[in-house]
Amino acid sequence: MAMPVSYYLRTSKMPHIWCAGCGHGIVLGAVLRAIDSLGLDKDQVCVVSGIGCASRAPGYLDFNTLHTTHGRAIAFATGIKMVKPEMKVIVLTGDGDAAAIGGNHLIHAARRNIGIATVCFNNSIYGMTNGQYSPMTPTGSYASTAPYGNIEEPFDLCDLVYAAGASYVARGSAYHAILLWKLIAKAIATDGFSFVEAITQCPTYYGRRNKMRSAVEMLKWQKEHGVTVAGAAKMPAEDLAGKFRIGELGARTRPEYTRRYAAIIDAAQRGEGGERDA
Amino acid sequence: MHKEIRLSGTGGQGLILAGIILAEAAVHDGREVIETQSYGPEARGGASRAEVIIADEAIDYPKVGVADVVLVMSQEACNRYAAQVKPGGLVVVDETNVKSVPDVAGARVVRLPITDIARHEVGRQVTANMVALGALVGIAGLATPEAAERAVRERVPKGTEELNLKAFRLGMELAMERARERARERARERVREASDAT
Amino acid sequence: MPSKAGARLMQGNEACAEGAMAAGLRFFAGYPITPSTEIAEELALLLPKAGGKFIQMEDEIASISAIIGASLAGAKAMTATSGPGFSLKQEGIGFASYTEVPCVIVNVQRVGPSTGVPTAPAQGDVMQARWGTHGDHPIVVLCPSSVAETFALIIEAFNISERWRMPVVFLMDEVVAHMREKVTVPDVSQIAVAERPRPQVSPEQYLPYAAGEDLVPPMADYGTGYRYHVTGLTHDQTGFPTTKRIEVDALTRRLDAKMRMAAPHVTFVDEILVDDAEVVVFAYGITARAASRAVRDARAQGLKAGLIKAKTLWPFPDEHVRKAAERARAIVVPEMNMGQLVREVERAAAGRARVVGLSRVDAEPITPDEILARLREV
Repeated sequence: MAMPVSYYLRTSKMPHIWCAGCGHGIVLGAVLRAIDSLGLDKDQVCVVSGIGCASRAPGYLDFNTLHTTHGRAIAFATGIKMVKPEMKVIVLTGDGDAAAIGGNHLIHAARRNIGIATVCFNNSIYGMTNGQYSPMTPTGSYASTAPYGNIEEPFDLCDLVYAAGASYVARGSAYHAILLWKLIAKAIATDGFSFVEAITQCPTYYGRRNKMRSAVEMLKWQKEHGVTVAGAAKMPAEDLAGKFRIGELGARTRPEYTRRYAAIIDAAQRGEGGERDA
Repeated sequence: MHKEIRLSGTGGQGLILAGIILAEAAVHDGREVIETQSYGPEARGGASRAEVIIADEAIDYPKVGVADVVLVMSQEACNRYAAQVKPGGLVVVDETNVKSVPDVAGARVVRLPITDIARHEVGRQVTANMVALGALVGIAGLATPEAAERAVRERVPKGTEELNLKAFRLGMELAMERARERARERARERVREASDAT
Repeated sequence: MPSKAGARLMQGNEACAEGAMAAGLRFFAGYPITPSTEIAEELALLLPKAGGKFIQMEDEIASISAIIGASLAGAKAMTATSGPGFSLKQEGIGFASYTEVPCVIVNVQRVGPSTGVPTAPAQGDVMQARWGTHGDHPIVVLCPSSVAETFALIIEAFNISERWRMPVVFLMDEVVAHMREKVTVPDVSQIAVAERPRPQVSPEQYLPYAAGEDLVPPMADYGTGYRYHVTGLTHDQTGFPTTKRIEVDALTRRLDAKMRMAAPHVTFVDEILVDDAEVVVFAYGITARAASRAVRDARAQGLKAGLIKAKTLWPFPDEHVRKAAERARAIVVPEMNMGQLVREVERAAAGRARVVGLSRVDAEPITPDEILARLREV
């Protein structure tokens, strides 16, 4: 159907709050192109977010939109999806929102395999609060709360979410924007929990402290460090150090949660099961 | 009517269920009722108790202090609760588990082989709670037998209704038998008294 | 879909679940915690029979978040918890309060703070229910003192929540939650059930936070063509964030004025023998049961005592206390805490009568004799 991206935007809410050079706009563009490519009805799309730079995205989108509390977007989205299983529920979140304060909700939504598509804008930093390290900040990087360098190891979020039970996980980047929207489209079309990690740049708080002063430098870094799944398969492990795999990292068919619950309702209404011990 | 009843024993004896059934029987009888119980780890072992108040008028305070009727199904419960009974009240003792009863001046003590009956006559020790319930209904008239049987049927696990009703009825019969014995004893006493007087 | 009409023995927690179903509950999310768990267990069984949804979430915060999402999608929603879980839910309660999303939060009070005595009653969360979430906000808190009252009052909790678009806290205690009493379930036709106001205008004309005369903005369900924005940021009537001082001020003042408008419709107080009373007990929850007996016993001994039984704790029933204070010489406030609502009673009495607290914090309910003794002292 190919509508212009502006069809899905609340243009009256522009300008957005993101800094010059921020990669979030590219990721959001990929989300909208994905929605467009699937031909979804705007009324039947619900976009939910938590707190942080990425979580401001829904305010600019012409869908049913919900900007919640820090880390809890997936839990709010679970309530919406349970009540309206026919809606497409999409969570837009950041690395701090999804992997730190909201980590529990992320793994449990994956475990339940509830039909929510989650896109994590991973810029390796807490941008909204001016640059503290997150669970996705690389070891050795600097942040306002890691002035001597970060001694923590980051998650591989895609591996984590897939191990927890998601139907679909993938990774893209702001540099690999076309791949990204195709991955997001597949995620949204998945009947089950799906997760796309979008590597994006924060020149203001991450780049500046880590010797990448411009967005261009950071996008070049993405270009040089992103390795396709197929390419990675042919590379020796030591060559992959410091690189990130992009593309589809896991896809499988598992029963979706709200469908399973619909079967519970059917059984309960037929009077089957539901025995209570004395 | 305003009766405060305490059922006590150890966790696993089913006293909470017995309390609930007694309370439900009171609802079927059209009375006001409150049931409270001990909660937490103690309900799964150690001391256990359920308390029921049955009344014709609305009940305000739900806790039982000194009771009208006390059931004790273990020695520990007996030591702790048997004496907390009103003068003129009733203490029903499961003599299978309780060997010594403290002095309960002014109250009537009825000793019954409750667990033995469940074990040997019903064939399932877990039905001791229903034998006890039957005995309480039989001796103290806390509910009509019809209401109590209906409540047993509605509250016990499906498939165990007949077994539990059998236990309940054996408890009732035991109580009736004791009542008849007591009546005979009293009659004998009266005859003795009369002959002593002449 | 309430259970069938007639008299039944019910546990307090069961009555809470049954009453919620009668009020139209269609979504419950919760996390196991003593002494509220039976509510979740009951609803896991009942909800799917009515086509509703139940989910046990990964934690307390997820539970309150899920019910807010469910409510935005159009379902009447509830969660239930106890002390520690209630602490965790506070941020979500603030979100529901500021975004005006109807939902009911049940808190079965137990001894605290922290883990406390999970199986024993207390009334220590009265102020937390009022002020637990950060930021200035109004809230309705209801508190039943019997199983039958639990059934009736939880229906009111939903009706208030829907009618006025606000979270309602339902404050029970361990005794009321776990005891069993007779409940006469009314016929479904006798149960008044309120629905949230929904928009009467087209999506193009819809302003999600524009309120009419009753100060309640009509609320559209997600997925019905009204594509609007909901945020916990301070928002104007369009629903979008604002930092304009005039708008920030307007939102807090409207929410406050809405509560003032709602107050007469959400205040439930029973006055028993108060008219000629020389001494009055102000009590709530399980303590009101002991107070009722104490008042009866006092009258039998010739002392003219009365009882104000508050079923609505917040907004605080000032007027009832003020009137009683004009006639009585003293008001006794028994509470299973070190003195929480007694301060509100003092404020409302404003020196017209002596106000005396009575605290019990040993995990046992206050007895009628303790209240009677205090009545005789004052």
